[in-house]
Amino acid sequence: MSSNEETEERPLVSYRTLDIAVAIFFLVVAAIVITDSLRLGIAWKPNEGPQPGLFPFYIVVAMGLASLVNLAQALPHTPDGEKIATTIPGIKRMAAIFVPAVVFVLATNYIGIYVSAAIYIGAFMVFFGKFPVWKAAAVSLGIAIVNFMMFEVWFLVPLPKGPLETALGY
Amino acid sequence: MDELNALFGGFAVALSAYHILLMVIGITLGVVIGVLPGLGGANGVAILLPLTFTMPPTSAIILLTSIYWGALFGGAITSILFNIPGEPWSVATTFDGHPMAQNGKADEALVGAFTASFVGAIFAVCLITFLAPVVAKFALKFGPAEFFAVQFLTFASFIGMGRGSPFKTIASMCLGFALASVGLDGVTGTLRMTFGQDELLNGFKFLVAVIGLFGIGEILCSMEDGLKFNGAAAKLRMDAVIRTWKQLPGMWLTFLRSCIVGCWMGITPGGATPASFMGYGIAKRLSKRGDNFGKGELEGVVAPETAAHAAGTAALLPMLTLGIPGSPTAAVLLGGLLIWGLQPGPLLFVEQKDFVWGLIASMYLGNVVGLIMVLTCVPFFAAILRVPFSIIAPAIVFVCAIGAFTVNNAMFDVWMMLVFGVLGYLFNKLRYPLPPLVLALVLGDQAESSFRQAMLVSQGNVGVFWSNWLCGGIMTLGLVMAFWPALQALRAKLSSNHAVARAA
Amino acid sequence: MIRTGVSKTRTIAATLAASACLTSPAWAQQKWEPSKPVTLVIPAGTGGGADQMARFIQGVVQKHNLMKQPLIVINKAGGAGAEGFLEMKASANDPHKIAITLSNLFTTPLGTGSPFNWKDMKPVAMLALDQFILWTNSEKPYKTAKDYIDAVKAGDDRQFKMGGTGSKQEDQIVTAAVELQTGGKKFTYVPYAGGGQVAVQLVGNHVDSTVNNPIEAVGQWRAGQLRPLCIFDAQRSTYTAKVTEKEAWSDIPTCKESGLPVEYQMLRGIFTTKNTKPEQIAFYVDLLKKVMATPDWKEFMEKGAFNQTFMSGPEFEKWLTSAETLHSDLMKNAGFLATQ
Repeated sequence: MSSNEETEERPLVSYRTLDIAVAIFFLVVAAIVITDSLRLGIAWKPNEGPQPGLFPFYIVVAMGLASLVNLAQALPHTPDGEKIATTIPGIKRMAAIFVPAVVFVLATNYIGIYVSAAIYIGAFMVFFGKFPVWKAAAVSLGIAIVNFMMFEVWFLVPLPKGPLETALGY
Repeated sequence: MDELNALFGGFAVALSAYHILLMVIGITLGVVIGVLPGLGGANGVAILLPLTFTMPPTSAIILLTSIYWGALFGGAITSILFNIPGEPWSVATTFDGHPMAQNGKADEALVGAFTASFVGAIFAVCLITFLAPVVAKFALKFGPAEFFAVQFLTFASFIGMGRGSPFKTIASMCLGFALASVGLDGVTGTLRMTFGQDELLNGFKFLVAVIGLFGIGEILCSMEDGLKFNGAAAKLRMDAVIRTWKQLPGMWLTFLRSCIVGCWMGITPGGATPASFMGYGIAKRLSKRGDNFGKGELEGVVAPETAAHAAGTAALLPMLTLGIPGSPTAAVLLGGLLIWGLQPGPLLFVEQKDFVWGLIASMYLGNVVGLIMVLTCVPFFAAILRVPFSIIAPAIVFVCAIGAFTVNNAMFDVWMMLVFGVLGYLFNKLRYPLPPLVLALVLGDQAESSFRQAMLVSQGNVGVFWSNWLCGGIMTLGLVMAFWPALQALRAKLSSNHAVARAA
Repeated sequence: MIRTGVSKTRTIAATLAASACLTSPAWAQQKWEPSKPVTLVIPAGTGGGADQMARFIQGVVQKHNLMKQPLIVINKAGGAGAEGFLEMKASANDPHKIAITLSNLFTTPLGTGSPFNWKDMKPVAMLALDQFILWTNSEKPYKTAKDYIDAVKAGDDRQFKMGGTGSKQEDQIVTAAVELQTGGKKFTYVPYAGGGQVAVQLVGNHVDSTVNNPIEAVGQWRAGQLRPLCIFDAQRSTYTAKVTEKEAWSDIPTCKESGLPVEYQMLRGIFTTKNTKPEQIAFYVDLLKKVMATPDWKEFMEKGAFNQTFMSGPEFEKWLTSAETLHSDLMKNAGFLATQ
C-alpha cells in the first residue's frame, strides 16, 4: 500500500469478465427462486387469485431473460469490454478496508461490537492513515465509547456485547 | 373560519418558553436519530415516552413529535455527506445530494434539503389544518385495489428513468422484487425462499440492503480510487444559506409537485419512502434540468426531500383520525396517546379539541424551530467531510454495522450488509442502476400483498382495478407514466418524420 | 435514569434484594433481581395489540419505578413472530429476556412449521385474555349476529368478505369457526397487516365484517361507524361503563346467545427463557402483579374490554396445554396446518 505500488496500476479484471460474472450471478439467483416458486405453486387459483409462487416465478423469469441478454452482450470481445475494471493496487486498497471489516464483524460475535470496532478503527488509522498510535487509540476509543453511551445507556438499544461489557455489568 | 380560531387557540397553548425548550430538545434528539441508521424515530419516542407521563398530554406530544421532525430533517445529512441514507425516505436524496457533496457543494445540498423539508411539512400542515375532515374521509376510500394502484403509479413514475442498458435495469429491479419476496408470505402464511434457514424468516430488509449497497459500496469505490474522499477539499463558506435560497424560487413548480405528491402519499398511506421516490421520478421527468439529475443537481435534492417531509407530516393525519399508524414511529406515538387516555380515531378531533389544535400548532412551530436549528448547523455538518478519510471510513463501517444489526437484532443482517456492499460496488462499476432495485425492495412486498388482497376480494378478476373512478384513474395515470418514455420517443420520431417530410 | 455506577450495580441489586425480602416471605431465602436491563421481546409488529400492551407495560414499569433495571422493548415480528420465539429459544440461559405472547405462540409453529413450541420457553403469567367481537359497518342493516349470519347463509358462497390480521392466525381461525355455522357458505378471508387497518377497511366498506379485538375498533364504534354484533366469549363483558352514548361493553351480547355458538379468546401472557430458575420467575410474577395493581393498568383493561384473568405456575401451564390442543384441532379442521 505504499506509493510506489500505486505507480504500477497493474490490471486485474476487465469489464467483460466482471459483466459475465455478474450476469451469471443473476442467473443463479433466478434458478434458486424458480425452484422454490415451483414448490409453492404458480397457478392462478379460482376465487383466490395467484398462489404464493406466481409473482416470484414470473419476476425471476424476466430477470433470467434480461440476464441472458446481458450475458450475450458481454460475451463478445469489444474495446469497451476489454477496458480495465480494477487494478491490483485498486483491489488491494479495497481489501484494506473490506477484509478488516469482515474480521470486525466476525470478532463482534466474540468480543462484542464496541471492542472490535475500537480495534478496527484504531488499527485502520495506524496502518492506513499513518496516525501515531496514541491518536488512533484516543479516536477509536472515543468513537466506541460515544456509541456505547448512545446505544446502550441512552437509547437502550442492545447491541452485541462481549466479555468486557459483561465484566462491567452490562 | 372555525379552523383559524381553533388554530390560534392552539398557538396560545403551544407557544410558551417551556414548549419551545421541549421542541429544541426533541429536535436535537431527532436529528441524532435521523443521522444514525441504527436508531429509528421509534427508539427515540419509546425512550422519551416514560418521561412524558408527568407532563400534560399537549406538552408530551410536542416533545415526541419534535423527535419526528428532527428525524425527518436529519435523514438527509448522512445521505448527502456519505451516501448513507440514515432513514429509508432519504434514499432518493442520495441520488443528487451525494454527487453535490462530491462536487464540493455539500453545504448547498444540505441547505436545499432542509429548506425543502420545511416547505413540504408546512404545506402538509396547512392541509391538515383546513381539510382534515375531508381528507380523513378520502382516506377511507382506499381498499386493496386502490393501494395497489398507488403502488403501481409509484413504480410507473420511476421506471424508464435510468440511462444505460434497459436489460440491466430490468435485472436490477427484478432482483429487488425477488429479495422482497423472501420470508413469510402475508397472504397465505407460507414461507418463501427460506429453504429452512431461520435467518431468512424475516426476509431481506430494505435498510440492510440500502446501507450495504449505498454506504459500504460507496466506501469501496472511494477506497479503490485512492485515499481521497471527494469533496473534502470544499471550502467552508458561511453564505451557503443565501447562496442556495437564491436558486430555490426558480424551482417553485418542483416544490409544488412534490408537495402534492407527498401529501397524497402520506394520506393514502403510501408513506414517506415511496413519496420521495415518486417526487424524484416526477421531477426528473418534468423538470427542464431533468437530464442532469444524478450528477449533482440541487433540484434533485429538493424534489424528494419536499415529498418525503410532506408525506411524513400528512401521515400523522390518518394516525389521528383513523388510528392507523403510517410508520413505526407513528405507531409508538399511537401507543403514547393511548397511555394518556387519548383514543385516536374519528372522535379525537371532536372530544380533544385542545389537544389536537395544540398539536397542529406545534407542527408549525416545531418545523420553524427545526429549520432554524439545522440551518445554523450546516457549516458544522459540512465540516465533518474534513475529517481524514482513514478515520471516517472505518467509523462509517461501524455505524453501518450497528444500523444493519438493529433492523432485526441479528448478526446475519450485518453479514448481508457486507454482501450487499460488494454487490453495490459491482453494480456501480457495471452500471446496473441501484434505484430500481431499492424501490422494488421497499414496495415489492406491499404491492404484491395489495394485488393479491384485491384478487381475493374480486375473486380473481383483474377488472377490479378499473371498477371505480379513483382506482381506475390512478391505474390509467400509472400506465401513461410507464409508457411516457416510449410515447415521448414516438412523438419525437413522428415530428422528425414530419420535419423530413416537409424538407423533402 | 440509569446513572448508577456500573460496577456498583451488583451491590445495589443485592441490597435491594435483601430489603425486598421483608415484603415477600415466600421467596425470602433467595430473592433474585435482574442484574442488567431486561429485554421484552414482542413477536409481532409495531402498533398491534401485543405491541401496545408491551409498550404500555414498559411505560407503567418506568412510571411507577417498579424495577431498578430498565425494561427494553424489541419487536421481532419476522415469520409471523417465529423470529421472536426462536430468539427466546436460542437464549435459553438468559434470564434477562421475557416475551409477550399472543395466539401466534400456537398458530405460528402449526401454520408455518417453524421449529418451535411454547415448551421451549418458561411460562410466567397470563395477564389477560383478549376478546374478539364480530363487527359490521353501521351503515349495513344487520342489527344482530343472527341477521348477519342469515344474510351470509342466503348469499352466494364467498360473497361476504371477512377482513382480518395475518393469515392462518387468530382472526382466520375465528372466521373458520364461524363458517361452521353458516350452512356451508364460506367467507372470503382478506388478510391485512394490522388490526387498525382492518377496522378502517371495514369503515370504508372494503370488507363486510371483521373480528377485531375491542381495542382495535373502539374508536370507530364510538364514532358510530362500526357496530358490534356479538362477543366471542362465554359470558358478556363485565365492563358496564358507557363506551358510546348508549352502550357499554356489557351490552354486547355473546355470540352464543345470538345463535352463533363460537367462543375464542386470545392469550396475552408473559414468558421467559427455558432455563430460568424459580426465584427468577417469581421476580417476574411479582413484577407483573405490581403492574396489574396500578390504576393505569385497570384503565387500560377497561378501554380494551379485556377479560381479566390472571394465572401463573402450574395452573397457567395446564391452561396452555389445553389451549395448544384446541388450536391444533381448530387449525387441523380448517386446513391451516403447514404441509411438509
